[in-house]
Amino acid sequence: MKIPWKIQRQTEWYLLFVIIVLSAFLTVVNPKFFTLENIFDFLRNNSFLGIVALGELVVLISGGIDVSFTAIATVAQYLMGLVISTTMVNNVLLAFLIPIPIGIALGAVNGVLVYYTRVHPVIITISTLNFYYGVLMFLTKGTWIYKFPPAFREFAKLKVVTFMGAQGVPFGFSFFTLLWIILGFFTFVVLRYLTIGRKIYAVGGNLEAARRAGFNIFRVQLFVYSYIGLLAGIAGFVHAQLNQMIQPNAIVGRELDVIAATILGGASIFGGSGTVWGAFLGVLLIAIIKNGLILMKASAYWHEVIMGSIIVLAASISAYQRKLQIRREKGRFAEEQIF
Amino acid sequence: MESAVNQPVSEKEPFLLLRQVSKRFGGVRALDKVDFEIIRGEVHCLVGENGSGKSTLVKIVTGVVAPEGGAEMVIDGKPYSSLRPFEAYRLGIHVVHQDLSLFPNLSVAENIASHFYLEPRSFVDWKKIRKRGMEVMEKLGITLHPDTEVRKLSVADQQLVAICRAIASDARLIILDEPTSSLTWKEVNRLFAFLRELKSKGIAVLFISHRLDEVLEIGDRVTVIRDGKKVGTFVAQGLTRDELSFLMTGKKLAFTREVMLQENRPEILRVERLSRTNQYHEVSFTLRRGEVLGLIGPRGSGRTEIALSLFGLNPPDEGAIFVDGKRFRARSVQEAIQYGIGYVPENRLLQGLVLDQSVENNLVITVFEQLKRRGLFVPPREKHAFAEETVLAFGIKVADIEAPVRSLSGGNQQKVVLAKWILTEPKILILDTPTHGVDVGAKESIYQSIIELVGKDLSIILISDEEQEVRLVCDRILVMKGGKIVKEFSPGTMTEDDLRQSIRE
Repeated sequence: MKIPWKIQRQTEWYLLFVIIVLSAFLTVVNPKFFTLENIFDFLRNNSFLGIVALGELVVLISGGIDVSFTAIATVAQYLMGLVISTTMVNNVLLAFLIPIPIGIALGAVNGVLVYYTRVHPVIITISTLNFYYGVLMFLTKGTWIYKFPPAFREFAKLKVVTFMGAQGVPFGFSFFTLLWIILGFFTFVVLRYLTIGRKIYAVGGNLEAARRAGFNIFRVQLFVYSYIGLLAGIAGFVHAQLNQMIQPNAIVGRELDVIAATILGGASIFGGSGTVWGAFLGVLLIAIIKNGLILMKASAYWHEVIMGSIIVLAASISAYQRKLQIRREKGRFAEEQIF
Repeated sequence: MESAVNQPVSEKEPFLLLRQVSKRFGGVRALDKVDFEIIRGEVHCLVGENGSGKSTLVKIVTGVVAPEGGAEMVIDGKPYSSLRPFEAYRLGIHVVHQDLSLFPNLSVAENIASHFYLEPRSFVDWKKIRKRGMEVMEKLGITLHPDTEVRKLSVADQQLVAICRAIASDARLIILDEPTSSLTWKEVNRLFAFLRELKSKGIAVLFISHRLDEVLEIGDRVTVIRDGKKVGTFVAQGLTRDELSFLMTGKKLAFTREVMLQENRPEILRVERLSRTNQYHEVSFTLRRGEVLGLIGPRGSGRTEIALSLFGLNPPDEGAIFVDGKRFRARSVQEAIQYGIGYVPENRLLQGLVLDQSVENNLVITVFEQLKRRGLFVPPREKHAFAEETVLAFGIKVADIEAPVRSLSGGNQQKVVLAKWILTEPKILILDTPTHGVDVGAKESIYQSIIELVGKDLSIILISDEEQEVRLVCDRILVMKGGKIVKEFSPGTMTEDDLRQSIRE
């Protein structure tokens, strides 16, 4: 009983189990799946998804939801692309720093709107999604950006650890995977060890109680929407790096993947619960399912059907578990009276 | 037990002293020159009917509303002309709301120590939080695990956590708003033992409750408010329930039932060896036409579960139900309504009404089908006239029947629910604790309508946890405990004390 927050976390174990079963299945179908090379590749390609899922996790815990992050990531990466392709500044750090304030600012707008209008955040963020994306499409007319300075192109190949492949092609643990893990750890620290993190859980658990306890609700909501904005900005950079191309319509439309991953990872749509570890596993599971669908050559439309079904399923399961818990509580109550 | 009861009040310095406190809301005088004091280490009860000014007084004490000029407030020896909520909080005046305002997803310790998060610190000191939680619980003799999530606790335990939280942030006066309304008797006793523990630590408790028995059991002194004026502050010891009730209403609960049921009435409902796992076991009883049958027992005794089963919401596992001699399978509400069974739920606010809809719409909701005589629509004028008529017939006090039900007083909301079900012309009406949280005056009018209904050959099952109520109103009383019927009484054969004994033992 040393760790005070150690409570039963069954969701994560189920997820891990399903991931193992699915991985085993995919390995049987295609033995290449379970090679170090493919796993590294897989983690690298999903780092965009993983990073924004961390932001969505924080918003869901606070009792909100954000669907505009894809537009935020797009706007942030596009502005970055404009700057570096016109000035051709040969500095990746500078490129990395551009989308961050943009993301935070656009996220903060969501936070302000959610707090002051008291309109449901789904409505607010669908509106800002369309607003941000619409303005960007109007101004850019959908033009792609693919002319980057050399440093920006070289950086994409950066690996933390490098191995030599069988055919003499080097592969390794990507920097972007590391970034994902670092941000995951950072988010964990925010949620567990920072006062603001505990307030996020408190607000998501019981908003009225948080208000009565004297917590500043505005600060909490501003923080969570800015935080997902920040991560969307970083993810925009990662996405541009991975694809070496910026298309205004590449990211928008992937909201459901991220929301499905976080809910699957145990974050409640009612707010108040969710863990970084769960969100990580949720992203892995979604990615494995998508990978499997590709291996089985399923149509892209099926991907959307599957994502939709997963959300309904995951949300129903958590609602059902809640019902069971209430029933168990009632049973206990009756027993106490009898014996 | 050491208490302030028999000591002259002036010998102890009060923690809180109010003089000549008045408050108007619009044209209504909510409080009129009220003097009030609370001494350290006393349990002070505040009673009054709904709308008497109790909650206004509490709001003034907690700084939510300011009193009118001329008022004097002395807290902990210092005078204040008005208070802001955070000032009151800082002075140690804490309210434990009826909804408890806890964070269900956080641990016991974190809930208790949540005031740490108001300090300007960025990092969380988990050791300190856990230590503080344990300290406070230990001091007050509570043995809950500090790491348990609060949502996994019973309501009673959650309440203790809420009180501990107030203590942890240095509460000197804890205001408990209807704290016993969702507790079993066992849990109420535990709460009272806990409050005595608080007293011994010099903490004052302001206890607000409709349950006069409990007020007299736990209170050192009782302040009675009626129509915004203070009737007086009385030493609880030696006061009787009837006296207190009289002080509250200015009238006696004059209700007596004259006509009792004849033995030879035909049977309308027969329940045979009905069981449902974990809820109730082999329950058998009958109900006759025009009878009021009381079903009394503590929460969790199975009384509400049986009622839900009779209304088709909680299908029994075994046994049989016969309505008018016909087998009733109790599989759905529609079926129950067909058999002429109506149910007025326990929590009228949650289950009985669509709060944001108008009184009119709430009234017609159960009889919509009958009202559309021709075609698909109910003519608005007809609907309106029908609702007006109903409001009049049931004595519902409402200025405008298009006002949302939310704006009505508790007693009137109760009447709307009652009316809604009676309009369906049921043969059997189940009333689940219909006077819960209702004041004496409104109680009497509810009793009156029950009697009128059985006069029209309706049969009623009255679920209650008040001995006085069932004794006054019912023809026969079944006592439930642990999912079984343990005793049957007819009112002539027992006193209230007998009844209380058989429930609590």
